Amino acid sequence: MTRVHDMGGRFGDGPVQPAAGDAPVFAEEWHGRALAVTLAAGALGQWTLDRSRFARECLAPADYLAFSYYEKWLAGLADLLVAQGVVTRDELAGAEAAPSPLAERRLRAESVAGALARGGPVLREGPAPRFGPGDRVRTRRPARNLAVTGGHTRLPGYAAGLTGVVERAHGCHVFPDTNAHGLGEQAEPLYTVVFDAAEVWGAAEAPGDTVSCDLWESYLEPET
Amino acid sequence: MPHDHADDAPPHSLLPPDPALRVKALESLLTRKGLIDPAALDEIIEIYAHKVGPRNGAAVVARAWTDPDFRKRLLEDATEAVAEMGFTGRQGEHVVAVENTPEQHNMVVCTLCSCYPWPLLGIPPGWYKSDAYRARAVREPRKVLAEFGVTLPEAQRVRVWDSTAEVRYLVLPMRPVGTDGLDESALAALVSRDAMIGTALVEAPA
Repeated sequence: MTRVHDMGGRFGDGPVQPAAGDAPVFAEEWHGRALAVTLAAGALGQWTLDRSRFARECLAPADYLAFSYYEKWLAGLADLLVAQGVVTRDELAGAEAAPSPLAERRLRAESVAGALARGGPVLREGPAPRFGPGDRVRTRRPARNLAVTGGHTRLPGYAAGLTGVVERAHGCHVFPDTNAHGLGEQAEPLYTVVFDAAEVWGAAEAPGDTVSCDLWESYLEPET
Repeated sequence: MPHDHADDAPPHSLLPPDPALRVKALESLLTRKGLIDPAALDEIIEIYAHKVGPRNGAAVVARAWTDPDFRKRLLEDATEAVAEMGFTGRQGEHVVAVENTPEQHNMVVCTLCSCYPWPLLGIPPGWYKSDAYRARAVREPRKVLAEFGVTLPEAQRVRVWDSTAEVRYLVLPMRPVGTDGLDESALAALVSRDAMIGTALVEAPA
């Protein structure tokens, strides 16, 4: 049911390679450029953050695994630009570029600092929460988007079908499963749900270790 | 072959194979279409390469260690508390601070992508975005911590926070013993980026 990005718990990846704290932020010059062109294109307002995550998740598994981090960003961006009609396939392939009606929306250098400092809050008015701290809940299984087959969801596969405890309610947040697909924000209560590592993985590294996810209300059912 | 017809090939496959040239091609196309201002890209890079980074988070931690009222506000509503210090914005719209204690060590991951508190820690390091960290941190955090040289007592629980929504987590590390005489800026200098992700501890100066 899942896509290639949903890798929490997977075996076989080998050791993590820590980096020195003073390593450059962008290991290659093009990394910074890839980040910046992605943010600037996003500022045109032709897609949501959820949609852009979905674009990266839709990369073919072979590409996703072969691409470095910023290559995934670039591929996702190129695919989004065409999918949203901002550029054409021919333009991407090198044909003469036609001027865009979106040009007046382009992010200007003098607006960058303000736009980054504002960000894009996702807290919204919405329904009263069904659950509160201490409530036991069960997560949906399988982890999937109910509105769009193979669509975006933020319930990781490893956290599907588990019993957990609500630790904190965060108010209503924009719902990625709809917002990624042009189906509206449909804000829902969001909760931090805590799972016993022994239940998630069959055995914990040490007793009492836990994992938590931030999960939308429709991912959850009451557990009695 | 994955695709029978060239028209089925994903758009990204139309770009040059070399990633640096791929960025150039996209930037050049979007510039010619009037959709991006290359000077805006320079400004974004300047901000994240030099202005917004883990020194912000370290200042928050040091203040929490020295100002009990601030610590209380930080743990109750970190978004508000860090905004007081001017740390707001993209990928830090909703912040929660989680405090390490002798009973619980906290560690942050994003298994689904690379969510990270940009206004406090900047752009995430490569290892945070790596498949190995994303796949393993949730299942075997203690083994991953050992790869960072950190060994915790078995009696100290480990909580892994998977950042699956737009809430961004800052780990508030334990203040090391023997630092009573240090002021806020000296304390901040002890706090590493990794300590605020939860893959390092803060040590007193030797």
